[in-house]
Amino acid sequence: MTFPPVPRFQARVLVSLRPSVLDPAGEATRAAAQRLGVDGITQLRIGKAMEVELEAADLDAARSQIERLSDRLLANPVIENWCLEQLKPVEGAGS
Amino acid sequence: MTIGVVVFPGSNCDRDVRWAAEGCLGIPTRFLWHEERSLEGIDAVVLPGGFSYGDYLRCGAIAHVSPLLSEVAAFAARGGPVLGICNGFQILTEMGLLPGALTRNRQLHFLCEAAPLTVHPGACQWLRHYGEGEPISLPIAHGEGCFQADADTLAALEGEGQVVLRYAANPNGSAGDVAGLSNAQGNVLGLMPHPERACDPITGGTDGSRLLASLLG
Repeated sequence: MTFPPVPRFQARVLVSLRPSVLDPAGEATRAAAQRLGVDGITQLRIGKAMEVELEAADLDAARSQIERLSDRLLANPVIENWCLEQLKPVEGAGS
Repeated sequence: MTIGVVVFPGSNCDRDVRWAAEGCLGIPTRFLWHEERSLEGIDAVVLPGGFSYGDYLRCGAIAHVSPLLSEVAAFAARGGPVLGICNGFQILTEMGLLPGALTRNRQLHFLCEAAPLTVHPGACQWLRHYGEGEPISLPIAHGEGCFQADADTLAALEGEGQVVLRYAANPNGSAGDVAGLSNAQGNVLGLMPHPERACDPITGGTDGSRLLASLLG
């Protein structure tokens, strides 16, 4: 007896600072760009990219898991926004 | 009266709190590993300073889902006294027990110095032995102590008298010069300065002593 494989998905979540939040690290990096001679950088803000693999019944279930994870842990809504940049099945993993 | 001091991997001020409470004031403490699930026999909770989980993800973000902290949230909701110092303050904001967030200091420096403050105790039971507008000095030691909240949140905090500790010379860019916040009920206090490092005269000052002594009545 064989079981159907559990579908696996790959997600990429981008977490960025809300526009109203100061980003002194980003500003310091921008100033470094200037010192390096890379001209014209008017703004530089630092966020995070999270690459997540998960098992879920289907794409919708995977999306709702990622939403729950991002709202509750990956991003702090007081200072950060997040977006699901990419969600796709892992190739060769069924589904 | 027994103070429960919650210990996370990466906490480093847990023993300072023990010394301040037990050694200086004679208040018994018990260390509580963050994976415990009970606050039985505990009358007040302190979330100490340090770098819980190495500050991974965000300061306090991973600690805030520790099993014991659901108990701490329920304890706070019942009116139990909860104090978050430095990383503990960051954890309280991640838990949603206090609003806003603590972020990278404006000048990016890790600040380790004495900070002049003014106290505005309002309804905060932890600060009831301080006078309104009283100037005190407590040590700060943090890289991410810049308080941020949207304008409406800050206005509400000011209106309700929840900004109970203010920097006299803002060292880190905190909105509203916020150094410490109380919840509306007055039983939860979060602050970036370290009162436990200002209880023993050998540390150069004892302005923090009355804060912990509030637990004695």
